[in-house]
Parts: sequence; C-alpha cells; structure tokens
Amino acid sequence: MKFKVNNEEVFASTGGRPFDKNKPLIIFVHGSGLTHMTWVLQTRYFAFHGYSVLALDMPGHGLSGGKSLKSIEDMADWINSVIDAVGYKEASLVGHSQGCLVTIECTSRYPDKIKTLSLMGGAGAIPMNAELLSLAENNDPKAVDLMMDWAHGPAGHFGGHPVPGLYHINTGGMLAKSRTIKDTLGVDFRACDNYKNGFEAAKKIKIPTLSILATDDKMCPVKEGKKLADLIEGSKVDIIDNCGHMMLLEEADRVLKVLKKFITTHYPPLNT
Amino acid sequence: MSDKTKKGTEAKTYKFDTLSLHAGYQPHKNAGSRQVPIYQTTSYLFDDVDHAAALFNLERGGHIYSRISNPTVGVLEERVASLEGGTAALATSSGMSAIFLTVMTLCEAGDHLVVSSQLYGGTVNLFRLTLPKFGIKCTFVKPRDTEGFKKAIQKNTKGIFGELVGNPGNEIMNMPEIAKIAHDAGIPLIVDATYQTPYLCKPFEHGADIVIHSLTKWMAGHGSSMAGILVEGGKFDWMQNDKFPTMTKPYEGYHGLSFAEEFGPTAFTMKARAEGMRDFGPCLSPQNAWNVLQGIETLSVRMKKHCSNAEEMVKYLLGHESVAWVSHPSVPDHPDHELAKKLLPNGRGSMIAFGIKGGKDAGVAFINNVKLASHLANVGDTRTLVIHPASGTHSQMDEATLKFAGLSHDMIRLSVGIEDIDDIKNDFEVGFRAARKPRLVSNQ
Repeated sequence: MKFKVNNEEVFASTGGRPFDKNKPLIIFVHGSGLTHMTWVLQTRYFAFHGYSVLALDMPGHGLSGGKSLKSIEDMADWINSVIDAVGYKEASLVGHSQGCLVTIECTSRYPDKIKTLSLMGGAGAIPMNAELLSLAENNDPKAVDLMMDWAHGPAGHFGGHPVPGLYHINTGGMLAKSRTIKDTLGVDFRACDNYKNGFEAAKKIKIPTLSILATDDKMCPVKEGKKLADLIEGSKVDIIDNCGHMMLLEEADRVLKVLKKFITTHYPPLNT
Repeated sequence: MSDKTKKGTEAKTYKFDTLSLHAGYQPHKNAGSRQVPIYQTTSYLFDDVDHAAALFNLERGGHIYSRISNPTVGVLEERVASLEGGTAALATSSGMSAIFLTVMTLCEAGDHLVVSSQLYGGTVNLFRLTLPKFGIKCTFVKPRDTEGFKKAIQKNTKGIFGELVGNPGNEIMNMPEIAKIAHDAGIPLIVDATYQTPYLCKPFEHGADIVIHSLTKWMAGHGSSMAGILVEGGKFDWMQNDKFPTMTKPYEGYHGLSFAEEFGPTAFTMKARAEGMRDFGPCLSPQNAWNVLQGIETLSVRMKKHCSNAEEMVKYLLGHESVAWVSHPSVPDHPDHELAKKLLPNGRGSMIAFGIKGGKDAGVAFINNVKLASHLANVGDTRTLVIHPASGTHSQMDEATLKFAGLSHDMIRLSVGIEDIDDIKNDFEVGFRAARKPRLVSNQ
C-alpha cells in the first residue's frame, strides 16, 4: 500500500492482505540498498495469521518516493513517523542488517511504542570496507556484486532457494540495482559507517528481543551479533548453521519458525 | 564488516564452468549424495495443516506437487538461471511448452505480439495458427528488419519474440536494437536462444528480458531427453505502465496477490509457475531433468568442439564443388558476420545451412546417402544431424510461408556434431557423390 510520511510517498507491502488497523502491527525494515521484497517469505505468513504487516521500502528505495535518508538516526525517527502515519500507537519491529541498526536506534528512542524487536544479521556497528563504500558511492555495479558475494552463504553461492526456480545471488543483485546504486547503496553504506550509537542504544532496550545469526555471515559475524545481544537485557539468540547474511531468504523457513514463535509469544496475533 | 571482507575487491562468485557442475545443489542437504538425486515422486508431505495452507498461498517456499515443482527439476532451474545470469527459471516438458507458457503468462485474449519470421516450423505454427484460437494475434517481421519490429508494435502489443539466430537460415536478430525498441514501447523482449546456449551468448547482457531454451538440444546435448525452460532476467519493470494488469493487479487465484509487488525481479516466473503450471501443467519429469543436468555438466567442453567442428565444416563446404551457397555467421560475407562477432564472442554456433547444387532432387539424394550423419528432426545432438527443411521440419508450411521464412528447396540444415571432423567430411563426400547423380544411386 502507499501512504505519506513527511509529505513523501511511502510504499509498503502488506503481505498480500488488506491493511487492517484492528490487528497488531509488525514492521519489517530492509538492509542496505535493498527493498521490501527481501521479506516475502516472512511477511505473507504473518499477514495471513492475525497481523497487519508493513514491509517498508525505505525513502528513495524500491517503490517509495523521496531521497534516501542519510543517517541511521533519521531512519529511526522515520520509522516512528510511519507508525504514526498509519494510525498505530505501537508496533513490533523486525530488521535485517542495516535494518537492525535502524530498529535498535528506534527502539531506544521510542521505548513505549515498540513491543518486540527481532534482529537478523545484526551488529552494534557495521563499519564499511573502504573500497566497497567507495565503489557504492561512485555508482559502480561492482559494489553490488561484492555485496552479493559476501552476503550469501552456501545456499547463495551454490543454490537451493526455498522457492523453487529462484536463484539467490542474481535476484538479490537485481533488487540492489533497481534504483541508482549511489543513491541507495552508497547513501546506506555511508549511514552505516557513520553510526556509532548501536551499543549505547542496545543498553537502553528493555523489551523482548531476538537475534538470529548465521555461522557463515561475513557481513555481521556471529561474534559481533552476540556482542550486541549481550547488551540487551534478556535477549534471545538463535544461530543458523551453514547460512550467510541473507538468512531471511537462504534459510527462510528456519527464520520464519523462530520468528513466529518469538513474536506470537510476546506480541500475540488477533485471532480471526 | 569483518576482516574477511577486506581481502580484495573482486567478487568470488563462481564462474561458468563451476556453475555448470554445481549450481542449484547442496549435497549436505541431500544425504551427502554427490550426484543430484532423482526425486521420483508426485507429492510432498506437509508438516501440518498450517504448513499446507502456507505453501498453497505462497507464504512459504517448498514443494507441493510435481506438476508445480520438483526438487530435481528445481536444481536444473537454478542451474540454468545461474548460467544465464537470470533471477529465476521454470523448466517445462519441452521447448514448445516453454514458449506457450511464456505467451500465456504474458498475454490475454485480445493481445498482440510482434514475432520474427525466421523460426522453427513448429513455433511458426504456434504463432500463426494456434495462438489466434486463444485470441492472441501476431505480426511477423523478418529478423533483419529492425525498423519493421518498431512499425509492427500496436497499442495491444505485449512483447517481441524471436530466435536470436533464426532456424534454419541463420539470420541474426539485432538484439540490442530490438530490445531498445521493445523497452521504448514498454514491452519485454523474449528471445529463444536454444542455438546459442549461455556458453555462446547471454541474451540478458544484450537487453533480452526473458530467455527460452529447448533444453532438448545443446544444453542436454545427447539427444536423449525432451525439456524446455524459460528464464527471467529480472530487469523488466512490469509496473511502468498499465499493459500487464495480470502481473500488477491483485490476482484472484492467490487471495489478491500482486506478483510484481511481491516478487519484483522474479514475478514473471512466479506467475508462470503459480498460474501456468497449475492450470496447463506441462511439467518436466525428474528423470529428464536429471538427464539434462548431466549434459549441462559438460556444456562448455561440448560447445567448444561443436563450434570448432562447425568452422571446419564451413571451410569444407565453401570449397566444395557440389555446394551452391553456405550460411553460417562465421562466413565473412554472411550479412550478420559483424553482429555475430559482437553477440557470439565464444563461437558462432554449430548450425549450418547450405544449398546443394541440383536443387531438391540432389538434396534428397544427399540426405538418403549419408551414413554417419543422422537424418532426423532434431538439432544440437552430440552426433551430426542433417535434414532437408522443405520436406521435413518446415513441411507444414505453404510455398508463400516457406519463402517468407527464407527457405529454399535446395537447403540442407546441418547440425554439426562432435565426431572426428575427418569422418564427418568423408561421410559428406558419399552424400555429395550421390547428389551429383541422384538417379543413378540407390537410396539404401
């Protein structure tokens, strides 16, 4: 669906169901340079099982209007504005990679609004490789190729997509190239590199939090994810073997199973 | 980002020959079986009712019924997608069913397609005679008439279709220019690249949006199994205009799903499978998928030999007293010689058309007297194949259609195999001798 935040058009997938304000809201926040489509193997399930879902295209990404936001802090405030814009007082947040930084910061800033936090491939900081950052800011498609290489584990490099016939690396690459690379990936990478408040923000989080990490994640390795999780009171950690940073697609079923148990326990669905 | 990401700026994703052997398959998820298992099954257990409902509603990935998808077939689909540089693929029971499924995913009754005139005879009949029965009309344009493709586009045109190198005349579509024409009109370019395989040409790099293969040919390569596939490039924006409502609007068949919104760069394949395989059902058998996978493992090795043998045969035929003309993109005076260099840098393919002196009678005598070359209705076998199109593959065409398709009665279509080149030449000498005296030589 489309709606406006700060006078700019926002697109969010509702998981194939009409948006229903009577149901608890889950907001999915994508990683650097990507779009709402990375969440398709989680969002449709929740949308058909008692939740209202918004898998956002961040400003300047995917089908959303406006320009990419330049800092993680601005993105966190923007998520808060999304919640207001759709008429909710609270929501559950799910983030991937950069989306983890955004949702951590958002949760620390708006503790009364956020009911659960789910982090996939998250870390307290995501400093960028200087050459990768430079390639992305210079609009070089090689930045996408490198990101796809490093972001995928065995399922990405060899294959075995949970949806028959889909090929991970080329699909991810096409998503990351759907808009101008320097305006999406370049801005996002710089925002990640500049963000220094992740560990401090994590210490303020007091809501149920889940971290899903993957053993073959080169972008946000398990030890970095654990370091972050250790700072969040009562945080749960789930580690997936033989999987890379794109666990939400590479091991979509496993992610959905863990996510479903966590969210339905702490933020129950509306039984319809 | 960890130190592991700081080792260099070249992506370490696997390259063509490695993907040919490994893409789409992880042994540790299949009992450690090094070979791809043949999942000879119709259906798959659901964990519970919720799991079943989620699979049917495309909430989760997985297999339901082998008409829709099958794990062995899935490996093949991912492997071909990886080799083509595509986002997704859908394998079918034959190349013809891949074309039909593509058209039915793209078009509705009342729609129109612009189609290259130089196609396999069966494909011509599909577009000329069968699709009109579904309310889908086509305008044929000669493959070298690039401007003609532009002029033929109508308000209800939903795509341009052609064989990259036409069958059997070896005319080459100017794919980059025709892709631009299609994209300026907001429609996709669909290319049948059966003759090339991704080893010789990757059409997505030249603007194609959907690539089709008859996998029966060079991809499988051994003349053992029928199979087809459609591959999606992922770049085409279905939401750029209102021409493709079945891709962009809520679809009743999946609780209001918009394929373009939910699946973006894989939307076409998702729709082709969810709707087309569900409703038409031209599924590929797992055994045939496995046979094709065996062929793909040696694709680059075979294609090199096919192409080198073809170039030798071109030289041989050009210098032969019984040959009136030779059509192959490697020949310098072929009208598309320069274009072929650009589009087919790894080789110009192994299909040769040549005219035999003496016309139809000589052609028939030649075909009837070669012994090593097989006379049959196929191309892309490891073995050398010959046919006389006017009396074989294109025999259902009338005289005018034959002429429009660029066919003549003296034409022999040659699919060069990977036998020893001297043996192929020696066999052709027998055929040519018979052709020079067609009435004096026995057919047997």
